[in-house]
Amino acid sequence: MSASSPTESRPATPPKSQPKRSIALVGSPNSGKTTLFNALTGLRAKTGNYPGVTVDRREGSFREGTTEVQLVDLPGTYSLHAISDDEAVTVQVLNGEFPGVAAPDAIVIVADATTLERSLPMIAEVLLLGRPTVLALTMIDELKARGGDIDIFALRRELGVPVVGVVGNRGLGIGDLREQLLDPSKWSAAKDLPEGDTISRFSWADALLKRVTRHPVSESGLTRRLDNLLLHPVFGGLVFLAFVTFFFQAIFSWAGPAMDSFAGVLDQAADWTLATLPDSWATHLLADGIIRGVGAVVVFVPQIALLFALILFFEASGYMARAAFVVDRIMGWVGLEGRCFVALLSSYACAVPGIMATRTIPSPKDRLATILVAPFATCSARLPVYALLISAFVPATPVVGPITLQGLTLMGLYLLGAVSAVLFAAIFKRGMLRGASLPFYLELPPYRFPSISSLAIQVWRRVSLFLSKAGKVILAGSIVLWFLLNFPVSEAPEGSTESQAAQYQIENSLAADLGRGLEPVFEPLGFDWRINIGLIGSFAARELMVSTMAQVYAYEGDSEEVEGFADLLTRQDPETGQPMMSAATGFSLMVFFVYALLCVSTIAVVKRETGGWKWPIFQLGYMFAVAWVGAFITYQIAA
Amino acid sequence: MTPTHSSLADLQKFGMARVVRVLGDDSTALRLCELGFTPGTEVDLVRRAPFGGPLVVHLRGYQLALRPGEARRVEIETTGGLR
Repeated sequence: MSASSPTESRPATPPKSQPKRSIALVGSPNSGKTTLFNALTGLRAKTGNYPGVTVDRREGSFREGTTEVQLVDLPGTYSLHAISDDEAVTVQVLNGEFPGVAAPDAIVIVADATTLERSLPMIAEVLLLGRPTVLALTMIDELKARGGDIDIFALRRELGVPVVGVVGNRGLGIGDLREQLLDPSKWSAAKDLPEGDTISRFSWADALLKRVTRHPVSESGLTRRLDNLLLHPVFGGLVFLAFVTFFFQAIFSWAGPAMDSFAGVLDQAADWTLATLPDSWATHLLADGIIRGVGAVVVFVPQIALLFALILFFEASGYMARAAFVVDRIMGWVGLEGRCFVALLSSYACAVPGIMATRTIPSPKDRLATILVAPFATCSARLPVYALLISAFVPATPVVGPITLQGLTLMGLYLLGAVSAVLFAAIFKRGMLRGASLPFYLELPPYRFPSISSLAIQVWRRVSLFLSKAGKVILAGSIVLWFLLNFPVSEAPEGSTESQAAQYQIENSLAADLGRGLEPVFEPLGFDWRINIGLIGSFAARELMVSTMAQVYAYEGDSEEVEGFADLLTRQDPETGQPMMSAATGFSLMVFFVYALLCVSTIAVVKRETGGWKWPIFQLGYMFAVAWVGAFITYQIAA
Repeated sequence: MTPTHSSLADLQKFGMARVVRVLGDDSTALRLCELGFTPGTEVDLVRRAPFGGPLVVHLRGYQLALRPGEARRVEIETTGGLR
């Protein structure tokens, strides 16, 4: 024990093992930075969050011999004067001002060789930081294809730093770049950098470019021709509608076979578990609670993966910016902007990736408004419930050609959700989230064919993120739900069939107590305790509503068979003489389902994306209120 | 008599123009500057979305979509040449 006097400062905490050296990638959006990052790191990368802000933190590494190089893909920015949250992260991290994150030891500036006329000033800004820097010029192939020719050696001489030409999506130049990254201390320093403001930087850039450009790059003819078509006031709108339809079609049908085989495997797993393991409540928990519960959501992975793949493909190809352009005016009428559309469109498959997609929206207010209304988009998990209720209570009378009353009802429910989303977005942007948004500007990059490997890596990362974040929540929810439905353990009277026994168990479970307890709240909507249990089940995963209700109503058949179950609902309940579920209740339940936020995964992802409980709780509350009022009105009218 | 200047929002298709300056000195003005709208820069209008929607301009070798509100901040003078 040292005899140090009280005035002596405490000894510094012993240094941790030398932090690994990290190299940051900086560049503007559309510069090919992410493709380059993926080409350098492959699958050795992960996505997280920066502490305190909801900005993607992408870090990865590669190994060459005995050296491991850590890479950080910083958010894209157009300059080092940040005007949005993610740009602010880039600037702060570069300056070592982000709490808890060390400044990078070296920097790779990633710049599109065809737009140096715009990006050179930012290159100068980054070089002025005085850190070891190398310039990676991407799209070299496109430069040549469009008749451009830049003397890279001259550029290197002028700037002073190493310059490497790469073609990210074909892996050209990646090896050279990796070699450079092994030892930043060998990089030459920048020189002759402009002092002064943005305008003087542009003068410097223009003069420099004149000296190093052998032949200026010409406009991309393909892009011009495609845009004349795709951005044509009339034709462009039609293409856009076709794009939206294609999106829906792809999500609902293409993912089908994969989803069916997933479902099949999971059912087999559950059955096998029940058959093989000793009969106990733990086995039933595993089979019915965990495997079936989590499985109900895992089944959606093909659809979600396809959704991510499509979004990323259209984003990387350049079409997404055009889509945002086409729809911007309409989004502007409700106070949002074009980029919000993609997030809302994605929510039609599942709100979870849709809400994750709001990260591309620079303005925090626009982003929040989009997040708050995204669940109104009719996600595909609601379809089984709609299918059941429509089948039971809406006749299949043909209306126009192949379209039946049932089809119209379904379309009506979709429309109700869409209109409500727009309405509430407008209300929020005019009310609570009122105020100046960020300036709207959007680069329209030339059309490019994306790198499939980079795409695959990004899809993989997002699906893993979805599974790990939403998956944990759903797992917990499924387990809780299972306990609620199966405790206290109740033995059915002798001679009951399997489904009657299941029904007896549920009638005496905690969930039933809850359901009955909730009756005062839901009675005006026409719901009884059985539907209330279904709603509780839906919380864990909307998909579970139907299977939960099937158990509650002692449906003997396969709950996937809509017709049989629907038929049961309209039959008379022997105890009351009334149908099991009245039509009025059916319609009221449909409307309730359009609005209510009955999905724990959505709540979890909103919490993650808004950084706290405040907004998810608000969202839960306002959606419940809207759902209640909507269902109430429907029930009173229908009854 | 003060010469009338027009803004980017008024630019007609196929007309070439040069940037005079960016109005204002807030973060929007700075960002417009950083996007390349510096005095003397050549710009031309590629297309306009209908019903007062955004416009697409071409400058410094790339294409940028801007809403009319932001475009009005960029003062230009037409040079009379055709694209």
